[in-house]
Amino acid sequence: MNNSVTNTARLLGAALRALLVLTLVTGVIYPLVVTGVAQALFHNKANGSEIKADGKVVGSSLIGQSYNLPLKKGQETPDADLKWFQGRPANGLGSNSLNTQYKLILSGATNLSADSKVLIKQVEDAKAAVVKDNSVSGYTVKPSDVPADAVTSSGSGLDPDISPAYADLQVHRIAAQNGLSVTQVQKLVDEHTEGRTLGFMGEPRVNVLELNIALKALVAKK
Amino acid sequence: MGPVLAGVLQLLALIGALALAYIPLGNYMAKVYSSDKHWRIEKWVYKGIGANPDAEMTWPAYLRGVLAFSTVGVLFLYLLQRLQGILPGSLGFDSVNPAQSFNTAVSFVTNTNWQSYYGEQTMGHVVQTAGLAVQNFVSAAVGIAVAVALVRGFARSRTGELGNFWSDLVRGTIRILVPGAFIAAIVLVACGAIQNFSGIHEVGQFMGGHQQWNGGAVASQEAIKEFGTNGGGIFNANSAHPFENPGPFTNLFEIFLLLVIPFSLTRTFGVIVGSVKQGYAILATMFTIWLGFVALMMATEFAHHGAALQAAGGAMEGKETRFGVGSSSIFAVSTTLTSTGAVDSFHSSFTGLGGGIAILGMQLGEIAPGGTGSGLYGMLIMAVIAVFIAGLMVGRTPEYLGKKIGTREIKLAACYILITPALVLIFTAASMALPTPPHSMLNSGAHGFSEVLYAFSSAANNNGSAFAGLNANTDWFNTMTGLAMLLGRFLPMVFVLALAGSLAEQKPVPETAGTLRTEKPLFTGLLVGAILIITGLTYFPALALGPLAEGLAS
Repeated sequence: MNNSVTNTARLLGAALRALLVLTLVTGVIYPLVVTGVAQALFHNKANGSEIKADGKVVGSSLIGQSYNLPLKKGQETPDADLKWFQGRPANGLGSNSLNTQYKLILSGATNLSADSKVLIKQVEDAKAAVVKDNSVSGYTVKPSDVPADAVTSSGSGLDPDISPAYADLQVHRIAAQNGLSVTQVQKLVDEHTEGRTLGFMGEPRVNVLELNIALKALVAKK
Repeated sequence: MGPVLAGVLQLLALIGALALAYIPLGNYMAKVYSSDKHWRIEKWVYKGIGANPDAEMTWPAYLRGVLAFSTVGVLFLYLLQRLQGILPGSLGFDSVNPAQSFNTAVSFVTNTNWQSYYGEQTMGHVVQTAGLAVQNFVSAAVGIAVAVALVRGFARSRTGELGNFWSDLVRGTIRILVPGAFIAAIVLVACGAIQNFSGIHEVGQFMGGHQQWNGGAVASQEAIKEFGTNGGGIFNANSAHPFENPGPFTNLFEIFLLLVIPFSLTRTFGVIVGSVKQGYAILATMFTIWLGFVALMMATEFAHHGAALQAAGGAMEGKETRFGVGSSSIFAVSTTLTSTGAVDSFHSSFTGLGGGIAILGMQLGEIAPGGTGSGLYGMLIMAVIAVFIAGLMVGRTPEYLGKKIGTREIKLAACYILITPALVLIFTAASMALPTPPHSMLNSGAHGFSEVLYAFSSAANNNGSAFAGLNANTDWFNTMTGLAMLLGRFLPMVFVLALAGSLAEQKPVPETAGTLRTEKPLFTGLLVGAILIITGLTYFPALALGPLAEGLAS
């Protein structure tokens, strides 16, 4: 009995020492070396691919933002600022509930099921809004023109991209709102449309923040 | 090019990359676990541990090593979270509560990486890198070690010796996982994944004002999270978060990382037992099931049945634009057929049948190709069962790789395949029968049931993904999924190692004309059939209540 207790204690001691040594290798040295190499070789990417406009950081090219008007009195959800290209809905995005000294963005999806009544309503409402917002004089959007990404929330809630179809659909509205010609705006969208990586990986897409930065510059030039 | 063709091309590229890695990585891993030489750094590690890496262990000794190391791992990770509030480098985050600390500690030590917490608002730098990421490495190394011990059981005879646990653990970590993860982490950073210790900081926005972001050692953790089939991300959105998985290439690369060790281990197996053809037969079984599941998943996701998806005109809910439906489907199948559980899209919003494919993938026991190590040993157990069934058909004592599958061996294999289904079904039934646990469901009806079934399928099979609408941060779910993970990881290991010991003691039986040729396609067919039928019969009633009901109604 005494013997087996001693043996167990000895074994657990060895296990603890193994854990501590491997923690040093994989939990201290490994992340620090990776960080060192990353910061030396890929400084901007390792720190979140921040992009600047007019000398100021305006976000990350990887993280989606909202382009809304300021909240009006009594409003819970702000209205979209239709001057700017709009990204995807982000109904799964949360704010932090723990450690409330921070106002962190909490990434996430809605997790609503394909037959969920709540999700059906979200999709239908979003579709109606896209149709209404983007139908301007001389250009009517049909519900069947609205692509799926325009009415669904992404996995992260931070999707930086929209499909080229959704960007194209917003061109007439953006032109009308900013006093630009449709051709000018369409050219801008085309320039910012990225095809599949190597021609077959992922899906074609338009980065909304980069597009809006370019739009802002175009408006300023005018 | 349409999205379907692009999806197929991505699948072909992935298969090509896996095929290129198969022989070199498989042979390399065989060498790692067979070599007599110790690297200098490993000698220092053994000195630190105080273990003799050349001492052979019998199966009980090997098992004691596994259990002692894992026990210490759970306790250490539990304490680290409980003390987070007073540790430096914790970004001011509080200590984690006891139930959640227990759940998370068990989750990472068992290679499950189920997360009932929101990563970005719960865990600071120290717990992430010195606690969670460490278990990403060592839990994977433990899995491979146990698989290698079983393979040695087949390869050796007239001995009870299965190798040395400490040596297998250290070599797997230092020679395989650390170098692989290092390269992968640098690739991920080069593509945009973040890697810094800048903590929580404010970043300007286009419309004015600021966003608050977490910094973190994301790329280094992301790399081992996939390479070690772990799955626990720094961010709540896991691999859907652009900082973890910035683009279409990284998405395919991450799928490659999570599949490459489990598939290549069949080569390691073939080399060690002295017949690479036997390895190919196991590989073919894994590959057939994986490919079939990917095809079904793509078909159902592109068809996007379900009222909300029909209204939207595509299955993009919970999916990222840069990945699209095709590559998200490949990721979803690969993560649930391995024990990874990382997600680049949210399975709860998949079609009803798509969600069912993810659940069934886990319920197969995660053997196609399965987790690092656990996939291979799980598949070898199924091979023992298949050989036994074939033996019954012809009335002959079954043999596998020159070892008799006698009463003792088949009892151990049968215990192995009964544990996980028992855990999944009992815990799910208990959760449904009690008054409060169902309150955790986000969705109602069949999908609500699927959330609970998914949770316990994921926990008991050590996957870690979820129908994430379920509020799993309750005392019930933290405790019960914790128990399911513990029992689902270590009870099977007991039977695997006991089987390994019993096989290693046997003397080999010579091959005769009547021996079942286990390296032939006929056996692969038998094995695929046995896996699907045994699992199908076990889980069909539960699946009929959840994903099948939802899928067929839409």
